[in-house]
Amino acid sequence: MLDRDKHVGTVSEPRIVDVEKGFLKFFAKATGETDPVYFDADAARAAGHPAIPMPPTYLFSLQMSAPAKRGDAFDKVNGLGIDMGKVLHGEQGFTYHRPIYAGDRLTITTTTSDIYAKRGGALEFVVQDTRFENDAGVLCAEARQVTVVRNG
Amino acid sequence: MVEGQHLAELVRGPITRATLALFAGASHDHVPLHIDSDFARAAGMDDVFGHGMLSMAWLAQALRHWAPAECLRSWNVRFTAITPLHATVHCRGEVTEIFAADGERRARLKIGAWTDHDIQTLDGEAVVAID
Repeated sequence: MLDRDKHVGTVSEPRIVDVEKGFLKFFAKATGETDPVYFDADAARAAGHPAIPMPPTYLFSLQMSAPAKRGDAFDKVNGLGIDMGKVLHGEQGFTYHRPIYAGDRLTITTTTSDIYAKRGGALEFVVQDTRFENDAGVLCAEARQVTVVRNG
Repeated sequence: MVEGQHLAELVRGPITRATLALFAGASHDHVPLHIDSDFARAAGMDDVFGHGMLSMAWLAQALRHWAPAECLRSWNVRFTAITPLHATVHCRGEVTEIFAADGERRARLKIGAWTDHDIQTLDGEAVVAID
């Protein structure tokens, strides 16, 4: 069982991530995207964007690309130490405040907000909230992730 | 958009092992349950299975077909079942409410994804700005 008192309220260190054009193009290819706006900066500009726009779920990938040194789900020393063979993604939510584009640099901070169990502990749920701020410290997006641990 | 309107379905897949390998690399999600059959079986699964975030990425594409990407305000989904290897994913939405907030008109959508065997894999809600 996860130690609720130890982990709930843990806030990660701020992680600086770059929204890389090459990775956005790779993501577009891997998800079967066909709109040239997601592959070609010129097409993006022609459509009124300053650069290739970040797809809405890529926020999750930014998190995965920069595991926190403090409070990461899988880190056995400084995080929750969840076994990768026992995880399921339970829920995912996003709120957007301003658009994010290739070339942007964001600072992301993750808080472990809640841990609860169901079925007598056979399933545990870890709720983590992440904020994405731009260089000017403006909140661009928020994400909420619920990770399920299968203990049964 | 009007209340009760069913939005055009978007179909993606079928999910192959190559789909999962590419998505793992592109999305930075390297959890081996999705890309290593030996690991998945040792963990008690039948085989590798689709990332929840892959289906959610496809649902985001459906949302974009229904409303411009910059109009998406917030959304969330529950992953209600595993998306098996070889599944085809059907993304669907329905307008449940038109309302005003923060000085704009918005639509609340009931959204979800289903496999070709009609198993619901994602169940959620989205809020988009509309004209």
